[in-house]
Amino acid sequence: MGQRVERTLRGAAAIVGVADDVSPTGVLERHGRALEVAMVLEALDDAGLTLADVDGVCHAGSSMLFAEYLGIHPRFTDSTNTGGSSFEIHAEHAAAAIAAGLCDVVVGVYAATPRGDRNRPPDPVGRRWSPSVESMQFEMPYGLRQPMGPYALSASRHMAQYGTTSEQLAQIAVSTREWATLNPRARYREPITIDDVLASPMESTPLHRLDCCLVTDGAGAFVMTSAERARQLAKPPVYVLGAATCHDHSMISQMPDLTITPGAVCGPNAMAMAGITPGDVDVLMGYDSFTITALLHLEDLGFCAKGDGGPFAADGRLGPGGSLPMNTNGGGLSYTHPGMYGMFLIVEAVRQLRAECGPRQVDGAEVAVAHGSGMVLSCMSTLVLGTEATL
Amino acid sequence: MTVDDSDGFGAMVTPVDGVARFEPPVDSVSAPFWDGTRQRRLVLPWCTSCDRAFFFPRVFCPHCGGSAISWREASGRGEVYAVTVEHRPQNPGMAAMAPYAVALVQLDEDVRMLTNVVGADPASLRVGDRVTVAWEPLDDGRHLPLFRPDESS
Repeated sequence: MGQRVERTLRGAAAIVGVADDVSPTGVLERHGRALEVAMVLEALDDAGLTLADVDGVCHAGSSMLFAEYLGIHPRFTDSTNTGGSSFEIHAEHAAAAIAAGLCDVVVGVYAATPRGDRNRPPDPVGRRWSPSVESMQFEMPYGLRQPMGPYALSASRHMAQYGTTSEQLAQIAVSTREWATLNPRARYREPITIDDVLASPMESTPLHRLDCCLVTDGAGAFVMTSAERARQLAKPPVYVLGAATCHDHSMISQMPDLTITPGAVCGPNAMAMAGITPGDVDVLMGYDSFTITALLHLEDLGFCAKGDGGPFAADGRLGPGGSLPMNTNGGGLSYTHPGMYGMFLIVEAVRQLRAECGPRQVDGAEVAVAHGSGMVLSCMSTLVLGTEATL
Repeated sequence: MTVDDSDGFGAMVTPVDGVARFEPPVDSVSAPFWDGTRQRRLVLPWCTSCDRAFFFPRVFCPHCGGSAISWREASGRGEVYAVTVEHRPQNPGMAAMAPYAVALVQLDEDVRMLTNVVGADPASLRVGDRVTVAWEPLDDGRHLPLFRPDESS
C-alpha cells in the first residue's frame, strides 16, 4: 500500500462546555426550540463563550433551520442522523473540522420531550424535509411559487439595486446552452438566443422558463481517498485544494441581503485555503438553479465586483472559447437538474481536470471550482480542485 | 380585491371568491402575533435588552441572545424590498387571484416580512414603493397581514 503518512485527530480539539436538562418526574416544562436554545446557551455559558463565537452547528434534524433560528451564519454544518449515535458522530466531524481549520467553535444540540408531548399538540422541531413551522406561518400562506419564487425575488432586488437586465440574465442561459451543444448527454442541445429566453413563458417575474433549471432524473457519486492512496490508483487524482461552507438563512424572508449569498464568505475562504485567486480558475462549475444564481456566484466568488455580474456575463465570456468557462456540462439549465444538482458540479470538474471532456474540454485545465448552492441561496459550499501540477 | 379602511384598525381586504390559502398554524411563541391579527393589529416581538425588533418570533433575541421579549404594535408601514408576480400559482386555491404579487416588505421597524401586495396592478409595483398593512380574514378570526401601496407612491 506504500508509505502511510501519519494522520490523527488526537489532541487537536477539546470540549469546553456542556449542559443537560432532565427531571425526576420525567417531564420538562420547556420543549422544542425553547429547550434546544436553552441547552446551547447554557453550554456556551459553561464554556465562557457566547453565540457570537460560534461558527459551527450540529443538529440531528436540520442544522440549517437551527442556525436560522439562532441567527448565526456557521461555516461548519452537520445534520447527520444515525439515531442515538448522531451526537458522537457530530463530535467526531466537529473535531476533524477544527483540526483541519474549517471552523473554531462548534455547538451540538439535542432535545426531545416524548413524555410531555403526550399532553400537547405535535411540535415539529427542525424536522429535516418538512417545512418548518415558521415557514408554514410566515411564507406558505402567500403563494410564492417554489422553487423559482425566492430566486425571482433576488433577481428583483438585484435589478432594482444594480440595474441588471433580463437580457444580461438571458445571456447566461445562452452561454450555458452553448456548452450543452458540445455535450451529447445534455437534455437540451439546440442553441438558444437572448430573444428565445425572453420569449419563453414567464414563470415568476422576472424569471422566464429558460432562466430556470430543468426538471429531470439524474444521479451521481464520488469516491475520495487520501492523496497518498490516490497516487496508487489508475486515473490522475483530482486533489481537494480548498473547501469551505457557509449558510446564513434557510427561508427567503430570512436572507440578510437578497443580492449577496453566503458564497461571499465561503468562496474566498476556499480559495484562500487553496492559495488561489479567481484569476487562477480554469473551469467554474457554479450551481445554476437559475440564471440569477449563476450571476450571484460570479460576484460572490470574486470574479467581478458586486453588482457587475450582468455586464460581466453579457459579452459571452462564460461560453466555449470565452475567458471564464462556466458550467461546461451544460449546467442545471441545459444538462440535468434532478432537484439537488451539486453532485454534477463535482463530476464535471473532475472530468475537466482529467481531460476527459472531448469537444467541451477546456484545454490545459488545472484548477476547477465546484460551488454548490442549497435551498434558496441559503447554503453555499465551495470546493477548489486541482491537478497534481497545482500541489 | 376591495379595500376598506373605515373602522380604524387597518384596511380590510375582501378575499377574492374561490381563494383558499394555506392556513398558517399558530405556536406558543407566535401566539401574540396572531392574537394581534384578530384585532387587525400588527404586533412585533422586541428585545428589551438591545431594543431591536426581530422576525419571525423566537424564544430569544437573535441579535443579542437576550430572553426579555416584549410585543409592541408596529406602524404598519414599510417599503417593497423585492417583488415578483406569480402568473401560474402552485396552490390551485390561489389561482383565482392570479396574477398576484408576492413581495418582501421591509417594515419601518427594520424587519422584513414576506407578504402579498394588493390593491394595485401587480405589474405596476416597484422596489421602493411605500406600502401600508391591510388585513385579509382567515376562517378562525385571525387575519393575514397583506400590504397595499400608499396613495402617494
